[in-house]
Amino acid sequence: MQSFDYIAPKSADEVIKLLAGKNGDARILCGGTDLLVQLREGRRKAKLVIDIKNIPELTQITFDPKNGLRIGAAAASHNICSDSNVSKYYPGLVDAVKLIGGRQIQNRASVGGNLCNASPAADAIPALIVHEASCNITGPNGSRVLPVEEFCTAPGQNALKAGEFLESIRIPTPKERFGAHYLRFIPRNEMDIAVVGAGASVILDDEGKRFVSARIALGAVAPTPLFASDAGDFLSRKDVTRANIKEAARLAQSIARPITDLRGTAEHRKHLCAVLVERALDKAIERAGGQHVQ
Amino acid sequence: MSNKSHITATINGEGVEFLCETHQSLLEVLRETLGLMGTKEGCNNGNCGSCNVILDGMLVNSCLVLAVEIQGRSITTIEGIATANGLHPLQQKFVEHAALQCGYCTPGFIVASKALLDQNENPNEQEVREWLAGNLCRCTGYDRIVRAVMDAAKS
Repeated sequence: MQSFDYIAPKSADEVIKLLAGKNGDARILCGGTDLLVQLREGRRKAKLVIDIKNIPELTQITFDPKNGLRIGAAAASHNICSDSNVSKYYPGLVDAVKLIGGRQIQNRASVGGNLCNASPAADAIPALIVHEASCNITGPNGSRVLPVEEFCTAPGQNALKAGEFLESIRIPTPKERFGAHYLRFIPRNEMDIAVVGAGASVILDDEGKRFVSARIALGAVAPTPLFASDAGDFLSRKDVTRANIKEAARLAQSIARPITDLRGTAEHRKHLCAVLVERALDKAIERAGGQHVQ
Repeated sequence: MSNKSHITATINGEGVEFLCETHQSLLEVLRETLGLMGTKEGCNNGNCGSCNVILDGMLVNSCLVLAVEIQGRSITTIEGIATANGLHPLQQKFVEHAALQCGYCTPGFIVASKALLDQNENPNEQEVREWLAGNLCRCTGYDRIVRAVMDAAKS
């Protein structure tokens, strides 16, 4: 592996100072499940690796009904999935994170890292988008907040500016009658990268018969995960019917611009978008307490 | 550039000290510096589980841990699984069920299974299969491994 210096600071302020001193040659390390592989293969370069796992506030997962969920950027996937509040309120996120690697990976890999790595096929990102998550970014000029759907800018590229790092992910508390789901297509049972991933969340009315609102997101069908806002908006104030669900799935499919690669053809991926969005919506509706529609 | 770091840690219950480069993986140091050759390098990118060790009670791929990260921490490798009285029940059951052919993945499977049984004494087949999803075996087809782990849990 290429040589680099390693430091494990004890505070976020120290991280900011270290990043500022390295002029873009520093990389943040959490679980290392992407970064160490990329450094080994020369796909990324670093002169300094800053391990942020020893900073308590960056590994904490906290929830309160008023402020919602805060996931420290370095919190390990397994700790996120086994958190009782995450399990209760954020089912789409749990679906996605449980699909990332085996237990060895989940014990180390962070959701913050999944986001910063900015893979078009990252499982956690469509789930975060449908849960209305935002990124808390810290840097030399203070903090800023960015919706997750605006964070990835190209394959492997994100919106962090020089000297900035992802401090935490925040997700609002779901409203009543909320449900969410994420699923993906892979040709195996587990341990694979999404051919297509789809997330959906819905809020239903008191009777569970009408959509109050919906959010839909897709992975692995564009250079970045896609927020299908028009498809979600189409459902707002509409009845929960098969025709409406199918139309939302079609609208989501229409913004996909997949490529053909070793995991699947563009045509197959395009087809999968509609199938997976429909299934994601069905499950989200079920979780929101809605009736199954034929 | 030389970045030798001095690390003290506990490996298989014994205090150890070593020098490593900051970019060396735990796997590399276990095998090449400490001579613990039981932990295997397979893919070296986190897919295969051959290099599994237990780090402070947590199953990890040692190829994806920097050796400098284990300062003050505790590691169990395959060499630390057998007891003074002989093979660990998992090892014994792997032998009895012939849960290996070439054997290259076996240390990883034993360590991963140990981590499972440490936190779930009586897993069902589904739980065993899910837990071992991050360990690849190209010989056995997994059935014998799953049976061996479930049998070890019973004993």
